[in-house]
This record gives sequence, structure tokens and C-alpha cells, in this order.
Amino acid sequence: MTKRQNRMILVALLVFGVSLAGYFGIKAFNDNLLYFFTPTDVSEGKIPKGKSFRIGGLVQPGSVIRDDLLVFFTLTDNKKTIEVHFEGILPDLFKEGQGIVATGSVSDENFFLATEVLAKHDENYMPPEVAEALQNSSTKE
Amino acid sequence: MWKWIQKLASPKVFYETTNKLIPWFLWPFIALLILGLYWGLVLAPADYQQGESFRIMYIHVPSAWMSMLVYFIMAMAGGIGLIWQIKMAEVVAKVSAPIGASFTLMALVTGAVWGKPMWGTWWVWDARLTSELILLFLYLAYISLNNAFDNPKTAAKASSILAIVGLVNLPIIHYSVKWWNTLHQGSILEDLAEPSVHPDMLWPLIIMVFAFQFLYGVLALMNARDEVLVREQNSRWVRAVVTGEQS
Repeated sequence: MTKRQNRMILVALLVFGVSLAGYFGIKAFNDNLLYFFTPTDVSEGKIPKGKSFRIGGLVQPGSVIRDDLLVFFTLTDNKKTIEVHFEGILPDLFKEGQGIVATGSVSDENFFLATEVLAKHDENYMPPEVAEALQNSSTKE
Repeated sequence: MWKWIQKLASPKVFYETTNKLIPWFLWPFIALLILGLYWGLVLAPADYQQGESFRIMYIHVPSAWMSMLVYFIMAMAGGIGLIWQIKMAEVVAKVSAPIGASFTLMALVTGAVWGKPMWGTWWVWDARLTSELILLFLYLAYISLNNAFDNPKTAAKASSILAIVGLVNLPIIHYSVKWWNTLHQGSILEDLAEPSVHPDMLWPLIIMVFAFQFLYGVLALMNARDEVLVREQNSRWVRAVVTGEQS
């Protein structure tokens, strides 16, 4: 075997070894890498007990009640819902139907007491006219 | 074609050829940059949710894209340098690192500036943002490791291994938004047949991506020429170039 072939095999082994390590690393940390849980996870009891965690979902239309800086709304993942209480400043994108991620914990009364609410933006970008047209066509159906 | 590449691998031929090659990257870059920025910042309509703020994507997305592409080129050139011990591959890998690091930093900064008004926070430790930050650290580690050796050959060997090890981060960055719940949105250039961005907004973005690729070409070539001069400083042709003599 020539020296060059030797080096080629060494580099290939390096790539293979690192990919393998990466694969197992990701597998092991998979759950920790989730940025947020869903309302379904909460109802199934998958959340860390007694710790603050993040929850993500859509703000249920018609559920937002504001009282000065106090906000109450229902968070849904279209399967399960959870009541969220928050006091503070909401991001600009927060509105009914919007995806959000909230940090906090579940209270004894089974609502989610949030200390921070972040808006999640999706990958859809369009001009307002197009959004309006889409809205109209979906309500007609 | 193969012969031509082999010739280009000689530092002297590389130095002489790239001088004529740089304008072929510089002018398309300038033209595409002006076109892309004007189209993106002036002509493209505002977004239905984000308003004018979405326009930062015309810098953010190409930067993020290039941060990964440049790393890939760097690791490939490093690997070629390791296996075939081609000097020019080592040079390409070395000069790519600071350029890639700059693209990465630009992606992170523009993302944070956008995140504050849109998400409500500068930074979150979600999988996409964290893996992109690790990419920046990989670049910085590569640069420091490369500078830690006096002998350019040893430096290239050590840093190339690091670059190849870091390759594993690239698919993690790309698929992070698919594999895990992240605050960061999904990829907008995922499905080219059915893009999630309206065409009026998408075209300037594609132009900007190409503009950034030409920018990388210009910067890499210019830096590689300097690097070649430093490495070959003891050869006769470099002395001739520096003193302005005819060789």
C-alpha cells in the first residue's frame, strides 16, 4: 500500500469515526435538544417535574384576555390545550393564531405560569395582499 | 481540464493566473450586490407579519448559507491537502477560515438583531442557534491552531484534522430545525419547487446568495495570493515579483 492510500484510509476512518460519534451523541441528547414541549407532552406527563420548562404551540383564536400587562390565553397544539398566565411585555408578533414559546412552570391549579413569552415565526414570507387573498380563499371554502 | 488543475496547483502558476481571474469574481459580485440590495430593500414588498424587518434576511440567509459552504470547502481542501499533500489545497483551506468565520459572525449578529423585535429576545439556546455558534468556535479554533505552528506543513496537518472533525456539525446545523423543536423557523429554501417565500421576495434572496458566493471567490483568491507569496518567499519567482524584476 502506498503512503497516499494509507493517508486516504486514515482520513476516511476519521470521517467515519466522527460521524458515528456524532450520531450516538445526537441520539443520547435527543430529548435535551428539544427547545420546547407541546401541550400534548404536558398532558401526557412528559415534562420535567418541579422545574421550569418551555412550552410551544399556537395561541388559540378568541382566547386572549388582556388586563393591563396581565395576559391570559389558551395555548394549543391542535390536540391538547393549556391555559397560560403571563405578566409582562409581549413581542410584536404575538397575536391570536400565532405560534409562541413560553418559559415557566405548571401551577397547582394546572395552568402554565409563564415568565417569558417569545413569538415563533414560521418560514412563510409573503406580501400583505397575498396573505389577505389566502385568508379570503380559505374562509370561502 | 485535469492538466489545467494540476498546473494551478503549482504556486507560481496559481499566482500568475489568479491575477486575471479576480475581476471575473469581483465584477459579478458588485453587479449582483447592487441588483440584489436594490431589489430586496426597495422593490420587494413588506412582509404581512414582520413588515420591513424581514429585509434583514437578505444579509442573514446568504451569510448563514456561506458560513456552511465555506466550512465545507475548507474541510475538503484540508482533506485534499492531507491526502495528496498539495500545497495550494492547504492555502485554500487556510485563507477560507477567516472568511467563513466572518460570514458566521454576520449570520449570528443579523439573526440577533432580527430576533429582538420578532421573537422578543436576542438569543435563545435552541438547536439551530447553538449549532451555528459552535460553527463560529470551530472556525476560531481552526484559525488559532493553524497559527500555533511555525511550520506551515505541520499547521496544515493539525488544523485540517480539526476541520474534518468539525464537518459533523454541518448536517446538525442544517437539519436542526427539522429534527428538533426550535424557536428558529424552518429553512426557506427547503423546497425549491414550492418555496415558502413569495417569488417577489425570493428572487432578490437568490441573487444575494450568488453575490456572496462571488464575494467569497474574490476574498479567497486575494488572500490566497498573499499566502502564496509568504510561503514561497525564498523562491526566485517571488523575489522577482516583489522587486519588480522580469523573471
